Amino acid sequence: MTLPYYVPPEQLMKDRAEFAQKGIAKGRSIIAVEYADGVLMLAENSSSALNKIGEIYDRMAFAGVGKYNEFEGLRVAGIRHADLKGYSYGRTDVAAKSLANAYSQTLAAVFTESVKPYEIEILIVEVGDEPTDTSLFRVRYDGTLVDEEGSCAIGGQEEELTEHMKDRYQAGMDLQAALRFAAEAFEAVESRQIGPDEWEAAVLDRTNGRRMFRRLDVDEITAARA
Amino acid sequence: MSLDLPSGLNRPTPDSSFLELLKSRELNPTWELGAGDAQALRVPEATTILALRYADGVVMVGDRRATEGHTIAHRRMQKVYPADGYSAVAIAGTAGLAMEMVKLFQTELEHYEKLEGTRLSLEGKANHLARMVRGQLPMVFQGLVVVPLFCGYDESESVGRLYTYDVVGGRYEEDDYAASGSGGREAKAYLRSVYEDGLSEEDALTQGISAIAAAAEQDTATGGPDVRRDIYSTAVLVNADGYQEIAEDRVAALSRDLVGDSE
Repeated sequence: MTLPYYVPPEQLMKDRAEFAQKGIAKGRSIIAVEYADGVLMLAENSSSALNKIGEIYDRMAFAGVGKYNEFEGLRVAGIRHADLKGYSYGRTDVAAKSLANAYSQTLAAVFTESVKPYEIEILIVEVGDEPTDTSLFRVRYDGTLVDEEGSCAIGGQEEELTEHMKDRYQAGMDLQAALRFAAEAFEAVESRQIGPDEWEAAVLDRTNGRRMFRRLDVDEITAARA
Repeated sequence: MSLDLPSGLNRPTPDSSFLELLKSRELNPTWELGAGDAQALRVPEATTILALRYADGVVMVGDRRATEGHTIAHRRMQKVYPADGYSAVAIAGTAGLAMEMVKLFQTELEHYEKLEGTRLSLEGKANHLARMVRGQLPMVFQGLVVVPLFCGYDESESVGRLYTYDVVGGRYEEDDYAASGSGGREAKAYLRSVYEDGLSEEDALTQGISAIAAAAEQDTATGGPDVRRDIYSTAVLVNADGYQEIAEDRVAALSRDLVGDSE
């Protein structure tokens, strides 16, 4: 009988984190930007069928980078969590904080217990009645939960994008300005032009009625950038 | 708490159904039926609802009265609801069960839409509602009946459609008008005499509201326009632009014209 090798826990965690980071670094980023009426989410995505951004509930959205099947599973689980809660209690009882915590617990468990950690990073966005009530929660592959403000980026070019947006972000932009701001950040970091049909864009907008989520089409993106 | 991750294809039921999700958590509405006789139970009943097709889609109207035996239980009950952005559902029968069914139906449609990124087809929605009605069958034998009306705009065929149901979940598509509930017979009789194909929105609304008023003339459980308390029918329409509730002012104005009270 052969005994398994002893691996110190520090080494084990370090290896897993490196593995996950390497996977995430390969994927393209997503930016979320607060604007006057809500939050814009923008990703570079040439597929119009496989989305990275999705609706969770009335005023809540999800964005994921990394391995598609892994964040898609989390998106589905999030919708289930939200719909169950809204059905059992009331629609206003579904809150991003509780969902972000559930994601954080799930990712932390996967990171420590599974053979392979998830190679993803996700963002939970919630829009409140007032601009000050907006929340941007970022959950990392190991379950680390971060509460962001104003603008943030996840995925491969996270650091460069954050650095680029840091001094340029202004509160209270309109949607078109926010779109230009986010698209310019991508183009500056990647040093190339990105065509209007290579974007995936969606908003949570307070003026949309009960379900605030809406996808932006090519025409709208083109118009904003013209 | 931790989340339920989807398990792919190795499951007996579709992953995108909210009802199945509730069942897996044992949260779906179920009833332990005892030996007692529910016929003796006095619970509010929702009464008259109707729907008629017009040139651009479907109009759906419901009165506001709920009865408990021979007394009025509620004067301002809502019986017509949006099912999703392109369909509406109206309820008649045991009010409590019916409202729960509507809430579950709404959640189911939205759940599917979010998971799949596309709305169910109108046919798919109508079939799912039939399944939900069938699920109530044990309650029917206890005298607790729920019969919905369902209408929607078929985006693939660009046409408004209208469906009726029976207590065992039979689903029937109607090509002109339909009514249900205690005053349904009278409402249908009224519509039979005035209805024609390709009505305008205004005419269809007027006919729908008049039919409810006509039913209220004969049927005590149907609430007609109540000018004194300012209670009027609920009217909605579904067309290419989606579900749209008719403003109370507009229904009130149409109703007051009917009873000859034009202020």
